[in-house]
Amino acid sequence: MAGTKITLEQVRHVARLARLEWSPEQEERLRADMDEMLAYVDKLNELDTKEVAPTTQVGEAGMPMRDDEVTNRPAAEAMLANAPSSERGYFKVPKIIE
Amino acid sequence: MASELNKLTIADASSKLRGREITATQLTRDCLDRIAAAEPRLHAFITVCEREALEQARAADARLAAGNAPALCGIPLGIKDIYATRGIRTTCGSRILETFVPPFDATVIERLRADGAIFVGKTNMDEFAMGSSTENSAFGPTMNPHDIGRVAGGSSGGSAAAVAAYECLGALGTDTGGSIREPASFCGVVGIKPTYSRVSRYGVVAYASSLDQVGPFARSVRDAAIIIRTLAGKDARDSTCSARPVPDYERALTGDVKGLRIGVPREFFVEGMQPEVEKSVRSALKNYESLGASTVEISLPHTGYAIAAYYLVATAEASANLARYDGIRFGLRVNAEDNIALYETTRAHGFGAEVKRRIMLGTFALSAGYYDAYYLKAQKVRTLIRNDFERAFEKCDLIVTPVAPTTAFKIGEKMNEPLTMYLSDIFTISLNLAGLPGMSIPCGHDSNNLPIGMQLIAPPFAEETILRAGDAFERTGAFKPRTPAV
Repeated sequence: MAGTKITLEQVRHVARLARLEWSPEQEERLRADMDEMLAYVDKLNELDTKEVAPTTQVGEAGMPMRDDEVTNRPAAEAMLANAPSSERGYFKVPKIIE
Repeated sequence: MASELNKLTIADASSKLRGREITATQLTRDCLDRIAAAEPRLHAFITVCEREALEQARAADARLAAGNAPALCGIPLGIKDIYATRGIRTTCGSRILETFVPPFDATVIERLRADGAIFVGKTNMDEFAMGSSTENSAFGPTMNPHDIGRVAGGSSGGSAAAVAAYECLGALGTDTGGSIREPASFCGVVGIKPTYSRVSRYGVVAYASSLDQVGPFARSVRDAAIIIRTLAGKDARDSTCSARPVPDYERALTGDVKGLRIGVPREFFVEGMQPEVEKSVRSALKNYESLGASTVEISLPHTGYAIAAYYLVATAEASANLARYDGIRFGLRVNAEDNIALYETTRAHGFGAEVKRRIMLGTFALSAGYYDAYYLKAQKVRTLIRNDFERAFEKCDLIVTPVAPTTAFKIGEKMNEPLTMYLSDIFTISLNLAGLPGMSIPCGHDSNNLPIGMQLIAPPFAEETILRAGDAFERTGAFKPRTPAV
């Protein structure tokens, strides 16, 4: 029997948030895969974590400060060289205002 | 008959280069010849940089002739295709970056260039480092040099295979959940994931930023020590990078492990493990005892929760890191009528199945109403996993485990079962969650002649303990890696 950790409706909502397009056949397979993963991660609920602080990073404490100085030279051409579409020094995108 | 200088270790090649017995150009040519001969069967490289490598070799020879060249001057290396390399295509194993040529170098690339190292090519990898077999590469899988019907491991499978097959003398990988250690184990080479924050990630395509770490592959512990000395150290361009001084790692290789307390976690010797893997690691532990080290059983009680915690933390971070691939400023663009549709079709075409699956899971784990139940819960379990190690290191200086429950599996065997694939990282993943350094070192072969790897784990910034113990094991000569079939 198929799990019910996540519905097709929710998969479509998440796809929209993630800006990913899926075909209807892919959606069902994806739902099943996500369902399996979510059922698996459910095992974390075996652990009581009420008194546990979350770990957000494991590096050394604190954030080093430095002066805000420009260290690289402007290189607009080099940046635009990888652009899928550009014109007169700008990235070009489809029209967004009528 | 080729001179086969490509089979030298970095330490030996470096001394011959500086003694003017060989030239960087000869050494590089031997590697390139080997690449030309082996690549049709291995596919360890996405891009081979013959012209650039020979130019670098000429420059290295000039520097070697002048004297006082650094240890890596003239040494041919493979670079995982996740590192930004100025002027050399950097795909990250993805269609979405198929034509991307970075206008800058990653910090570690800059450091290797400054030392005169030579880049023979960009190595194959699972797309965006998401995978354990290199089968998720958009450019096709890498084959294991010991058996081309089997995977090289992943995600840094190309680097591991290239070093094992003598296509280069060392290589760079990255490790987010085992992506250096597991392929090192499958291919029979040394691979190190240093402490989180030991090495700069500037210019390394980000997968999961609280877990990602840079590290080397090599054919000996000494060679790996030589490479990480150049990689490690403070970088103003990566604010997470530690300012701690970098030790001379080679000096740690004393061969002496007398009095070293080795912890053996009972949770890592579980049912379902290939018996030969356990036998090899246990036999290596006996070698350590005969060298004067002691072994003590320890417990890491939350080990069984590491994969679940990892797949929430890593996918959540990935969903944010991969938002930048939208078809606007660089990479693939698939045109559509408006911008939103352009993002959606570009990402649908540009990303492979596993990357999309992880972005979806991570987006879900961070989405309104689910954040506390999934993402926050995983971060709390991460604390429990860290605490396990902290407690364990009160009783020991080093922890020894297998790297993976099995030797290299067959190509295609786990491709349709994401969860089964994830379980191949069960012994490596908790180190990333805890930020600890770990090394994979060859310690045996199974009955199919496939390499078995042993994992050495130390407290944060105790890379020297790992290197000393790994080198001491190599010196016993208890195990000699086999030359791969390819």
